[in-house]
Amino acid sequence: MPFGRELFFFYIMALFGLFGKDKKKKLDQGLEKTKESFLSKLTRTVVGKSKVDDEVLDDLEEVLITSDVGVKTTLKIIERIEERVGREKYVSTSELQNVLRSEIASLLEENNTSDVEYDIPKHPDNNPHVIMVVGVNGVGKTTTIGKLAHQFKGMGKQVVLGAADTFRAAAVDQLIIWSERVGVPIVQQGMEADPASVAFETLEVAKAKGADVAIIDTAGRLHNKVNLMNELTKIKRVMQKVVPGAPHEILLVLDGSTGQNAFEQAKQFSLATEINALAITKLDGTAKGGVVIGISDQMKIPVKYIGVGEQMNDLQSFNRRAFVDSLFGE
Amino acid sequence: MFENLTDKFEKAFKVLKGQGQISEINIAETLKEVRRALLDADVNFNTAKEFTKTVKEKALGRDVLNAVSPGQLMVKICHEELIELMGGDETEVNYQGNPGIILMSGLQGSGKTTFSGKLANFLKSKKGKNPLLVACDVYRPAAIDQLHVLGDQIGVEVYSNKEEKNPVNIANAAIQHAKSNGNNVVIIDTAGRLAIDEQMMSEISDVKNAINPSETLFVVDAMTGQDAVNTAKAFNERINFDGVILTKLDGDTRGGAAISIKAVVDKPIKFVGTGEKMDALDVFYPKRMADRILGMGDVVSLVERAQEQYDEKEARRLQKKIKKNQFDFNDFLSQLQQVKKMGNVKDLMGMIPGMGKAMKNVEIEDDAFKHIEAIIYSMSPEEREHPEIINQSRKKRIAKGSGQSLTEVNKLLKQFGDTKKMMKMMSNKKNMANMMKQMKGGMPGM
Ligand SMILES: Nc1nc2c(ncn2[C@@H]2O[C@H](COP(=O)(O)OP(=O)(O)OP(=O)(O)O)[C@@H](O)[C@H]2O)c(=O)[nH]1
Ligand SMILES: Nc1nc2c(ncn2[C@@H]2O[C@H](COP(=O)(O)OP(=O)(O)OP(=O)(O)O)[C@@H](O)[C@H]2O)c(=O)[nH]1
Ligand SMILES: [Mg+2]
Ligand SMILES: [Mg+2]
Repeated sequence: MPFGRELFFFYIMALFGLFGKDKKKKLDQGLEKTKESFLSKLTRTVVGKSKVDDEVLDDLEEVLITSDVGVKTTLKIIERIEERVGREKYVSTSELQNVLRSEIASLLEENNTSDVEYDIPKHPDNNPHVIMVVGVNGVGKTTTIGKLAHQFKGMGKQVVLGAADTFRAAAVDQLIIWSERVGVPIVQQGMEADPASVAFETLEVAKAKGADVAIIDTAGRLHNKVNLMNELTKIKRVMQKVVPGAPHEILLVLDGSTGQNAFEQAKQFSLATEINALAITKLDGTAKGGVVIGISDQMKIPVKYIGVGEQMNDLQSFNRRAFVDSLFGE
Repeated sequence: MFENLTDKFEKAFKVLKGQGQISEINIAETLKEVRRALLDADVNFNTAKEFTKTVKEKALGRDVLNAVSPGQLMVKICHEELIELMGGDETEVNYQGNPGIILMSGLQGSGKTTFSGKLANFLKSKKGKNPLLVACDVYRPAAIDQLHVLGDQIGVEVYSNKEEKNPVNIANAAIQHAKSNGNNVVIIDTAGRLAIDEQMMSEISDVKNAINPSETLFVVDAMTGQDAVNTAKAFNERINFDGVILTKLDGDTRGGAAISIKAVVDKPIKFVGTGEKMDALDVFYPKRMADRILGMGDVVSLVERAQEQYDEKEARRLQKKIKKNQFDFNDFLSQLQQVKKMGNVKDLMGMIPGMGKAMKNVEIEDDAFKHIEAIIYSMSPEEREHPEIINQSRKKRIAKGSGQSLTEVNKLLKQFGDTKKMMKMMSNKKNMANMMKQMKGGMPGM
């Protein structure tokens, strides 16, 4: 029995009404906020200077932090730059840009060696390539699936979608509409069906059709909900009864505007299932998605796609350079 | 975690020992830690900077001799400051009017549709209103269906028109509908949009101008990072919203966006979303949020949720029993029923500091209580009242009756005994404080 003591603590706290009422006060806070591109800022800071100094590094810190790169990775990048400045004795501010970009890109490099167009691998026995799409609520899983299906179809591949989000209101309808838009078949058992059973049937159908790829949509789940995370394991297990080794790809979708919690998402989803690709969505907004630099650096999961809009065509293959550039400029 | 922060502060303050006051020099390191903690919690860069400045001013010259420790003092100052920053006059969502009109706005996927449903449910069940939900998202696939499903779930009417592509027309027609059908509140769900999408921003601003809502809400995902300020500011400039809804707080995000938004647009956070279900909303408590941002866990909110389920009289009765060491399995059973009403145990546990991590690999099924209940139900009334009489043969009988192993029965009895002791100890306020400390430090054997 996995509980006992813990639960009691909880009773006790409740019993004793340990905590007082909130104190509410009013405070006027006038913070000026103007967003400025890093480049213009950098230019301003370095006017009349010929060397990278603390002020420049401070600005660098700001641009990295405000891109959601996170404190740890930011410090790491700054250290690298300081080191390089020390080593090469003299780095002019005009060189700084390049140094910076290459340092940041190198953090992404190990995991994203080839920024090439993605092809669907073949599997024995003419089994379909199976992609399971996971992530927390509202990040863009279903939309990304629609976009992926569209892309694969454009490559001349035969695609089958599986509506295994049977929980969120109208989730199945949403995927059906995407399947119609793109013009690919969908397997669905309606709302409240067992997700594993939907996934199972999807693979059977895909196999029977001789499809190249099957993409399974799953319900959004917060990574701290153990039961829901365990459900993924079950879906996976059931799929393997139809296609050994499935899912070949588990795509974790992260919202580009998510802050440091994206780390925890990547970590916890990786613990629960073997995440082997990332998609970062909503990068058409003002958020920079810098958190993927740290994730890439620490988790070694390649970023495969980025979402840049709500339409079918708004999916791009991830390009390291372009991504780093986007952190720095408007 | 909170401990880490305090520890870091302690370390940063080592130099301080022997000095009587917090000074410019000895505070520098600590402030760096404060800033870092805030940034880790997704507080906006500039907001964090301003905040550390304020904290510094408040801390300078403070006497540390009287304080328990300078680190704790710093945490306290930060905590108070955060509460101040996020607090303000508590204002309700304004649903007055004939009908009252509430307009949702926000980025894609932030939780507008879900919250529309929750708010309708809240107004219906807690405020005796007769709300009308309005589907003005004409873009997202199945957005209208989604709202209908939610409306059906909570028994609230949903106005939609799949033929009409102009949200202004839909909203106007819905209000007319409400007037003639006696709906006294209209809740308008809108499509998600980016602040830089000029066309979509004019659209929502047109809707707002056309219907003149009593309340305009900005719905934002608690996991949002540094961009929260840009978005909040841009939406505020266009539609001058009245309040903020912070969703998905049932996750483990620190939620620093809450501070940044408050600092930048100075609009109150009115509700928080704590789950996908229609009753998963809560009012906003600055103190809980401060705890959370500083990594102190969401104990308070847990406790309050517990209190909601608690019967004052019953609680007092139990306290007495605990003091007299008479807490028995009947009491335990009745407690179990209460807890079950509060929701998923695992989620509840996750909110207790130090426990989230410890419980991560522990599996708690939604019916985690079943086995326990089975065991207790297999006890005779006498055994429940006097667990001490349960000897080996009784144990065997109970195990058999409940379909559980003897080991499980033993375990439950032992845990029950242990905790009873602990509870007695904790019925003393002073001991309680110590226990809390210990608990934060991580529980033994977990
Ligand atoms: N601007 C923009 N919006 C996006 C992008 N990807 C998805 N969205 C929008 O984000 C919202 C949520 O997308 P969904 O695909 O429903 O997200 P989900 O992860 O399937 O959500 P749940 O199944 O509810 O957890 C929708 O309004 C999408 O149109 C993107 O790359 N850019
Ligand atoms: N865990 C949790 N999930 C939530 C909460 N609020 C909303 N969600 C989920 O987040 C996802 C997106 O919610 P929606 O209500 O569809 O978001 P939206 O803002 O209407 O999305 P768009 O209309 O596409 O812009 C869904 O999966 C919801 O179930 C919350 O407080 N906690
Ligand atoms: Mg979905
Ligand atoms: Mg919506």
